[in-house]
Amino acid sequence: MSDQPRKPLPRPSPLSQPFWDGLAAGELRLQRCAACDAYVFYPRPHCPHCLSEALKWTRVSGRGRVYTYTVVRRAMHPAFRPDVPYVFAIVELEEGPRVATNVIGCSPEDVRVEMPVKALYDRTAAGIALLKFEPA
Amino acid sequence: MTLKRAAAITGIAEMAPRASAEGLSTLGIWADVSRGAILDAGLEPSDIDGLLVAPPIVDMVAMWPSHLGEYLDIHPRYANIVDLGGASAAGMAWRAASAIQSGLCRAVLCVSGEASDVDTFYAPRAKRPTQQLPLREFEAPYGPMGANSGYAQIAMRHMHEFGTTGRQLAKVAVDQRTNAGANPDALYRDPLTVDEVLSSPLIVDPLHLYEIVRPCTGGAAFVVVSADLAPSSAQTPAWLLGAGEATRGVMLAQVESVTTSPVAQSAPLAFEMAGVTPVDIDLVSVYDCYTITVVVTLEDAGFCEKGGGGPFVEEHDLTYRGDLPLNTHGGQLSFGQPGLAGGTSHVTEAVRQIQGRAGERQVADCELAFVNGNGGIMSEQASLVLGV
Repeated sequence: MSDQPRKPLPRPSPLSQPFWDGLAAGELRLQRCAACDAYVFYPRPHCPHCLSEALKWTRVSGRGRVYTYTVVRRAMHPAFRPDVPYVFAIVELEEGPRVATNVIGCSPEDVRVEMPVKALYDRTAAGIALLKFEPA
Repeated sequence: MTLKRAAAITGIAEMAPRASAEGLSTLGIWADVSRGAILDAGLEPSDIDGLLVAPPIVDMVAMWPSHLGEYLDIHPRYANIVDLGGASAAGMAWRAASAIQSGLCRAVLCVSGEASDVDTFYAPRAKRPTQQLPLREFEAPYGPMGANSGYAQIAMRHMHEFGTTGRQLAKVAVDQRTNAGANPDALYRDPLTVDEVLSSPLIVDPLHLYEIVRPCTGGAAFVVVSADLAPSSAQTPAWLLGAGEATRGVMLAQVESVTTSPVAQSAPLAFEMAGVTPVDIDLVSVYDCYTITVVVTLEDAGFCEKGGGGPFVEEHDLTYRGDLPLNTHGGQLSFGQPGLAGGTSHVTEAVRQIQGRAGERQVADCELAFVNGNGGIMSEQASLVLGV
């Protein structure tokens, strides 16, 4: 079983570690610019809007809406083949940023654009938690 | 600055796409189409003083232009890789014109294609070190299906915002298949109906199998020459009349709106340079990795209003006999997508139509073509207006 294909997992960098640590602790943290108040996702060394380096990690609500999605019925990566059909989505967080994610906890057929969702923290065998969403 | 009539495409060559890469090499394909394009332009190898190459998707090699230059025994003064994904060919065309206009060179060979097929395309990549990219950290863990899932997300949102229907999207594949029926080089030529498209397997909702390109083997090259060389060409010059380019990020979750692409910037630049508008266009030759790509491109290029692309493709006959001839070679959906040469097929077909040598599918009095190359998940856009 050792040659079983494995799903690609995030490799956190020093820059992104607080994000992944947040998920492992059961909360969603985003960078926020102290200069212009913009939320920044994904993690960056400076604010892409105003170039300020004063980015602070901030806990956010975890609430959002499905901006768009698809149901993957044939997986590209072999490790995802047992999961089909699954929902690969973009969720727009209440605070503005959008994230690539999976919507779980309901049938793929029940997912709709603009459906309200809430974050959940899906701990993988490797210990890292992924940000996923379920119907709110 | 303008590139209008600074250069023309005079020679083209294209390999008929094949389902299997058996016995073929990328460099060998490039050499064949390069030879063909140089001959077609009526030039000698020693005339080629510029070389642009769109790299293969399946094989990462450094210094591709040097490998090809050596293989062809040409010695360009200007050599580069152009990697804008599927927009590379249109991007090469205007970069060549720009280099010519600046006096760097007079005849630029632009090359694309690869030995690829479904097996090699989906084979696990060799264990090579991977760069730490945001795409790999924040998207790959959720199981995207390559580009397929991104375009499906565009289509899903387009349906939500504008009421676009599956039948409307399918119409693009159907009309392009009719065109492929008149192209002996196309990979798929059997007639197709809207119902057949919609009853083909759903792969990534709302896109069906027949709305999605397949990897294959092939290649294409074209030669761009200076205004002083163009008149003595063996073929009618297809002049570069306008060009525009626009890009955005590669990750769909990062873009402002998935239903509006950078074509909304690149196409107006091209039309303005050429001094024409969409109603003047005789041939539309636009990137079609998926049906939705064509609909969004037509909207953003101004052929119809934003959101009106679905009804627009339903109301117009997109075949070579129709009122809005579009992708008369069959498009990548029916002709084939041999790596980045898929995007070159939209350039070569426009040149063929302008030169009046498209055979059975020739559009009558084709004097002005709009070409659009598209890379990534509609992230790179290069628009051209070509004409007599």
